[in-house]
Amino acid sequence: MRIPFIYNVRSVMQRPYSTALTALGIALVVAVFIGMLALANGFAAALAKTGSSANVIVLRRGADSELSSGLGRDVASMIAASPHVATGTDGRPLVSPEVYVLIPLGKSFDTTQLANVVVRGVSDQAWMVRSNVKMTAGQRPTSGRPEVCVGQRLVARFPHTGIGQSLHFAGRDWTVACHFSAAGSAFESEIWGENEQFMPVFRGEVFQSITFRLKNPAAFDDARRALQDDKRMTVDAHRESDFYSQQSQLLGRILAILAWAITSIMAVGAVFGAVNTMYAAIAARSPEIAVLMTLGFKPSSVLTSFLFESAVIAAVGGLIGCLLALPINGLVTSTTNWASFSEIAFSFRVTPLLLLNGFLFAVVMGLIGGFFPAWRAARLRVVQALR
Amino acid sequence: MKYLPLVLANLGRHKRRTILTILSVALALFLFASLRTVVTTINASSRFGGARRLVALNATGLVFPLPLSYANRIKAMPGVHNVSWANWFGGRYGDGKRFFANFAVDPESYLAMYPEIVIPPDQRQAFLQDRTGALIGKRLLSEFGWKLGQNVTLQGTIFPGDWTFTVRAVYTPTDPAIGDDVLIFHHEYFDERIGRAGIAGWYIVEINDASQAPTIAKQIDDAFRNSSSPTKTGTEREFQASFATMWGNVSLLMGTIGLAVVFAILLVTANAMMMSARERTGEVAVLKTIGFSDRLLFGLVMLEAGVLALTGAFLGLGGAKLLYKATNFNAAGFLPGFNVTTATLILGAAVAVGLMLASGLVPALRAARLPIVQALRHVE
Amino acid sequence: MALVEIRDVYKSFQRDTQKIDVFTDLSLDIEAGSFTALMGPSGSGKSTLLNLIAGLDKPTRGTVRVGGAEVSAMSAGQLATWRARNIGFVFQSFNLLPVLTAYQNIELPLLLTNLSGKDRAERVRIALDVVGLSDRADHYPRQLSGGQEQRTAIARAIVADPTVMLLDEPTGQLDAKSSQEVLTLLQRLNNEFNKTIVIVTHDAHAADRAKSVLHLEKGDLIEKVAVA
Repeated sequence: MRIPFIYNVRSVMQRPYSTALTALGIALVVAVFIGMLALANGFAAALAKTGSSANVIVLRRGADSELSSGLGRDVASMIAASPHVATGTDGRPLVSPEVYVLIPLGKSFDTTQLANVVVRGVSDQAWMVRSNVKMTAGQRPTSGRPEVCVGQRLVARFPHTGIGQSLHFAGRDWTVACHFSAAGSAFESEIWGENEQFMPVFRGEVFQSITFRLKNPAAFDDARRALQDDKRMTVDAHRESDFYSQQSQLLGRILAILAWAITSIMAVGAVFGAVNTMYAAIAARSPEIAVLMTLGFKPSSVLTSFLFESAVIAAVGGLIGCLLALPINGLVTSTTNWASFSEIAFSFRVTPLLLLNGFLFAVVMGLIGGFFPAWRAARLRVVQALR
Repeated sequence: MKYLPLVLANLGRHKRRTILTILSVALALFLFASLRTVVTTINASSRFGGARRLVALNATGLVFPLPLSYANRIKAMPGVHNVSWANWFGGRYGDGKRFFANFAVDPESYLAMYPEIVIPPDQRQAFLQDRTGALIGKRLLSEFGWKLGQNVTLQGTIFPGDWTFTVRAVYTPTDPAIGDDVLIFHHEYFDERIGRAGIAGWYIVEINDASQAPTIAKQIDDAFRNSSSPTKTGTEREFQASFATMWGNVSLLMGTIGLAVVFAILLVTANAMMMSARERTGEVAVLKTIGFSDRLLFGLVMLEAGVLALTGAFLGLGGAKLLYKATNFNAAGFLPGFNVTTATLILGAAVAVGLMLASGLVPALRAARLPIVQALRHVE
Repeated sequence: MALVEIRDVYKSFQRDTQKIDVFTDLSLDIEAGSFTALMGPSGSGKSTLLNLIAGLDKPTRGTVRVGGAEVSAMSAGQLATWRARNIGFVFQSFNLLPVLTAYQNIELPLLLTNLSGKDRAERVRIALDVVGLSDRADHYPRQLSGGQEQRTAIARAIVADPTVMLLDEPTGQLDAKSSQEVLTLLQRLNNEFNKTIVIVTHDAHAADRAKSVLHLEKGDLIEKVAVA
């Protein structure tokens, strides 16, 4: 025989402030939990979306990031001739050799605050190899002119990035010819320009990476072996999606650890609060519990009833926490990805799964907090309580 | 404080509730201190920098090198005492999971400029005399179990290949911002192996008079402005500060979380206080009958909240300070000199006091305003 | 001048929408050193009268004077201070603080004075001795019998040497034996130590021990009986 829910509801309403405070405490823990994981998620997502599983990125052997790599033009030709490389609609191999450097740019709100922004040299092929990149304004840079294309995420945050405006770096002025988007990935925090324009002012006749589209995406291992065994060049080949995911590992892991550490500590505090509330509630209701048991309700029903009450209070807190955290979704922030030393902007990403996790987390907190008090209630000695 | 036994007895009425509440406060303040220390550590490292040291980078970006030939030209400039140079090596040890900074320097001049790097004299000599020697920070000894005289091999990432060094010296930094887990080796060895014309990653310029810094910096930049590798020179402190900003909006993030944490615990504490207060209306009435004034009862409730908050603060703040010191925590090298400052402790105590006031206020007012006769009627 | 002077007191309560008159025109004196029992049916205003004397409540009209001081005109703050020095109150349900020992409970009124710790300890010892609970000083209320609790409460009421002791149904929750103990103690306080005592009671035995009995009915003083 189950104790009717209405009993719990009425009892809770008799202690509105206490209940509200407990629920709010849990709400805050859930909000921080969701917020921090949304930050970690957003960062990981931005990098994960950066690479495609159909593409392969080639770096010099031993290099752990594009920055430390260096490949000659000859390597680019050799790769273009490989049978593993897909062909574009125009019949040319889908190979994109790229220059990759970092330049310091002052941020819009405070130009003394510098960020290391990625400047990537590309050829025409780049726009096709990296299929999630789309131009959003202006026109492609004209070959032979010092023109650049600025990623969407940079436009708002750095000065002189409007179409037609002039960016100054590497001792030269560069006209902004277009803006581009890249599905929220790391590319959106980059400045793109023509390889031939960048090579003389940066590192000379050397590329940092060569990315190509696999003719057969399932044949990645064959392609990798072919390139790495080729004695004419010393390279490492990675699936592009894996490579960028790897780049997110360091900071991503830090953010996730931080999220879990902070929320765990907060959660313990909130659970203590729930424990206090439930014990007080049960102490105040001992006579009623005794009466219930006299009427024939079993101790296990009492246990379930109070656990349920605690869980519901926590669940309400969880819902409030989810609502508190929702507005963060889409908020753009930036940091330096220490793996590549480059500036990356990304948005907080609140997913339905994350919300569900937050909600469940709240319920678990409620169950843990309510357990010992509920156990105490179930073990109540009727005679004592009725005295 | 003759009323303290009364306050403590009241707190002892529900020992479990009191302990749980104190622990909650302790946890919250532990978190608060930790978050705040992240911010203060980053700020402290951004303030590090010898007043008489300038750093010259390639103006195009710090990933671009400078010609070694600049050294003599800079050294000849007025006001310049000495010049050294370094190159970021970026080598990986083992599986690379434990990142640590490693770079090649011109050893004699570099060590002369950094008195903060303290090395036993015999080890210093050994390092200077061995071209393939390595100078390592104290922490690397315990981190990897390295010993003096041992060979250590790094995987080059920017400069490929296996690079083997012999550990010749161990340094202790006098300024925590320097980090005690850096590996330094000879630039000569570096030059030899990469086989290219000499390059430097950045120059460190020691000047005679700190007030001359802006003038000399400009002089250096003017000298190389029209060359293929123009320089951007600034004080070492500016250089360090620019790294700090790369963390992004850390203070905002930490501050927001800190606020949420404190607020959440405020709710827990306030709840505990309110519950206690509700259960004691009868006793408050009795005390008032005996002659305890409204003001006194207000104070007693506040005192009770205060004991909770301050005990929790002591545990949480003290715990943070001791824990990080005892474990020599530095976030795997990312936050060197991680130490809870006195300012943070004071701020934490202030938060605790605020907690006390906020959580105790409503129950204290209730107790003070309790109408005696009506309350007594409930008791009887 | 009597110790307690009540003059032309009119007291009414507002209960929901009803106005209830407890006293319409009450005047009475209580002499110093007397032992008075207040009796009467429920609702006759016995407890209210006690509250008025203690300064816990104010008359709607009229004056209450205790020891020359006009209690009915004092502010809440003044009353608290005055009560600490002049009134010893004992409740029916003892009302000891369960978290304090007997000793600590008795000490409570002394905390409001400027006495040193040593002086306070001295007074508490004396009070414990008078009520015969010296061996129970460190016991908590839950470790005491009903009678012992009430005696502790009485000790708390006398420890600050008040002008008048007011007891509201002190034997109401006690068995016969404990009641006797408490009443004997009260008589001793009155005879030996000359304490002025006013007790509200239903208990005829208690009334017997008192020196005079006041009967209240519907707020009017019906009878004043002097017991030899």
